[in-house]
Amino acid sequence: MTDLWSSIPQRGRVTLLVLIALLLAAPMALDRYLISIFVLIFYYAYVGQAWNLLMGFAGQLSLGHALYAGLGGYVAALLWFYFGIGPWLGVFAAVAVAAMFGAAVGWLGFRFGIEGVYFALLTIAFAEFTRIAFDNMPFTGGAGGLFLLYDAQRSHEWWNLRGGPLLFYYIGLVLAAAAAVLTAWLARSRIGFQWLAVREDQQAALALGIDAFRVKMIAMLISSSMTAIGGVLLTFYYNNLFPTQAFDIGRSIEIILAPIIGGLGTIFGPIVGAFILTPLGEGLIALTGSLGIDAPGAKAVFYGLTLMVIITLRPDGVWPWLKRLLALTEVKS
Amino acid sequence: MNLAIVVNVVIQGVLTGLVYGLMALGLSVIFGVVRVINFAHGEFAVVAMYAAYVLFVTLGFDPILSLFPVAAAFFLIGYALHALLINRFIGRSEHEQFILLVGLAIVIVNGLLMIFGPDARPTNLPYSFDSYLVGPLFVDKARVYAAVGALVVAAALFAFFRYTTTGTAIRACADNRTGAAVVGLNIKRLYALTFGLGLACVGAAGALLVPIADASPLLSQQFTLLAFIIVIVGGLGSMAGALIGGVVIGISEALASLFMAPSIKSMFSFALLVAVLVLRPQGLMGRRI
Repeated sequence: MTDLWSSIPQRGRVTLLVLIALLLAAPMALDRYLISIFVLIFYYAYVGQAWNLLMGFAGQLSLGHALYAGLGGYVAALLWFYFGIGPWLGVFAAVAVAAMFGAAVGWLGFRFGIEGVYFALLTIAFAEFTRIAFDNMPFTGGAGGLFLLYDAQRSHEWWNLRGGPLLFYYIGLVLAAAAAVLTAWLARSRIGFQWLAVREDQQAALALGIDAFRVKMIAMLISSSMTAIGGVLLTFYYNNLFPTQAFDIGRSIEIILAPIIGGLGTIFGPIVGAFILTPLGEGLIALTGSLGIDAPGAKAVFYGLTLMVIITLRPDGVWPWLKRLLALTEVKS
Repeated sequence: MNLAIVVNVVIQGVLTGLVYGLMALGLSVIFGVVRVINFAHGEFAVVAMYAAYVLFVTLGFDPILSLFPVAAAFFLIGYALHALLINRFIGRSEHEQFILLVGLAIVIVNGLLMIFGPDARPTNLPYSFDSYLVGPLFVDKARVYAAVGALVVAAALFAFFRYTTTGTAIRACADNRTGAAVVGLNIKRLYALTFGLGLACVGAAGALLVPIADASPLLSQQFTLLAFIIVIVGGLGSMAGALIGGVVIGISEALASLFMAPSIKSMFSFALLVAVLVLRPQGLMGRRI
């Protein structure tokens, strides 16, 4: 850990400490709406980091990460709904189930040499398959959705994730920070360098004696487990789940936007991306509203255009450029 | 269950599958030559459906015949899109291309949503409910016309690639890009041409889908995934494979709707996709890479 800390230059350390202090104190100055936006920022920074670990470091393109978030959310919600088992326990079951699915997808993909776009399609297939299955399963609420009752009497039970945006603000902040530290630590460890070797040239990595299958499986298991925890958080925040939303390919795309826009394979990329995209989406709602364009879809049209502009101008993401601009350096990935 | 019903459903699946196959053919051509994954493919199909719908409502143009103007317009759109935008992304990594096309897809779907609203737009054609009576079988006239249209367009494309100099040049680019550049082929122009042809296929398929399905922005994502499944199942780089993959998926969805429930029909398509990826990654008709 101290090694990790000392690898950041002086200027970066000061900036980081100031940012953390600001984020810890920020809720005192923010209203409920702004806090709810920060909750989403932290969520996307967190799940983005989980996806970044698999794609940015191990080089495996998953377009079905909604599967793990959705499964995590459903498992924890069902345990709470039917047996009253709280999410702090339920999250372990959620992680176990999501990791099992991750292992299945990873095993099929890596064992049978399904790579690149083909692997991406495999992950989409599993997510869509699960979506349709959940749509037709009665005990999960089917297509009608699953709802967690919001009981005002229990709203102080923060240990059961029952509470307002402020609770989720701090949990989200801790999760996003922890994910960044974990990724930075893994990136500097033996497995991190093995991921990079496999990402850059699998044949060469194999020749060096790296067990590519094992290395990629580890990335898949960590990534799917982390994503499941994000799913639990989001489910207890929104108190509802629908298969068409939870497992939708649109959800998977939302997860991968922040790390790509921020900078793939960097520690701060997903965080920077989440801080750009979430306020952008919210800002566009306000903007189109004030311009008097209230047609459905107007906001999303601008959002899509912005994505196209950013990826055309900053193909490596915003963070590497921002880093040079601010003359900060991060842990080399 | 009555055998005649099953045969009827299978025939319906084959006819619909041919139109799906034409849509997937566009994806296969673009992917096979330009090596770009068109993640906005289904979105373009739905734009074509709306174009054919508008032509029908305003000018009374039959959707089957409107495949010609729509395909021509889509060819120009595809050519321009590649020359102005996609070309910058050639040789860049897959996820960058993915974000570009997903951004485009978001713009298209929501643009349609702004213009036409979320409700499905049915097209009532004079022959919508007519059918051919063959022995104990009823075959939808609209589906027969659409399938014949799809076969004609696919045959024209096949002939173009097989017998014209430009078509041969495009195939050369697909086989060996560097080699093609060495012998002096204008890769940029040929890629733009291919992108145009791919979109012309999707445009034609969209027009042909109008008698079969009601135009709605919500169809687009489903179509994109469907086109991907068909291309993988049929075999990438095989033109016949796209049509055969379309027929296979058409039949499997029709039978799943009949024997199980319509809501789970795409489960079978995804299961088929996984099976093909694992057992026969080159697809049904593809050559081993």
